[in-house]
Amino acid sequence: MATVELLFSALPEHVRTARLVAAAVARRAGVDEAVLDEVRLAVGEACTRAVGLHRMNEVDQPVLVRLTEEEKKFSIEVGDGIPAGPGASGGPAGAGADEADDESRMGLAVISGLVDDVEVTTGPDGGTIRMTWPVSPAAVHQV
Amino acid sequence: MDLSLSTETVGDRTVVRVGGEIDVYTAPKLREQLVELVNDGSYHLVVDMEGVDFLDSTGLGVLVGGLKRVRAHEGSLRLVCNQERILKIFRITGLTKVFPIHTSVDEAVSATD
Repeated sequence: MATVELLFSALPEHVRTARLVAAAVARRAGVDEAVLDEVRLAVGEACTRAVGLHRMNEVDQPVLVRLTEEEKKFSIEVGDGIPAGPGASGGPAGAGADEADDESRMGLAVISGLVDDVEVTTGPDGGTIRMTWPVSPAAVHQV
Repeated sequence: MDLSLSTETVGDRTVVRVGGEIDVYTAPKLREQLVELVNDGSYHLVVDMEGVDFLDSTGLGVLVGGLKRVRAHEGSLRLVCNQERILKIFRITGLTKVFPIHTSVDEAVSATD
């Protein structure tokens, strides 16, 4: 079971909230302070991508972020809610599509550049980006 | 935290000072500002990122979009940034090769190539 689960409406203004929550939970889990900026950025990128896919595909359900603290690692899963299928991964159409496409590609580039342990899966409930960071045991639950 | 924007003309350059967080929610405001400047004939832009606390790929996309627009008019877009955590994002996306990045507004304003 996830330590903290966050559900938010697929709106750009809520991505910041997801970043703040993820960074707070990661800090408490013992993720190194020096890495927290990366956690914040990576989860923001994954949520931005999920919000974009939800809106593009007119998915009403919220974006799901699962933050899971384990013995020696901390992981974040962000679901995009878009089941694999034709058109699901295509870029947005219409005005500004080039820029939106560039941004989406850069988002994934940032995640893969930042996080060593990234897994992207697709399933009947949609795609998921899972990112994992090591936890330094000494730092766990410091007050 | 929201995004703050202000502009100032220095010689033939327009300096855009950006503060706060540039993300999927706030980036459209920056895009609007850059588009407006180019539409008004400002083709040599200096974007001062020293007050930026957070930048994501949406912000990078807007900056790349701005660069494309000024280049269409043989203009330039220079960045001012000394913050390691922001510079890192430019490095991992390879954009340090695309944008001239300066350590001060003075340096960016007087740069010619």
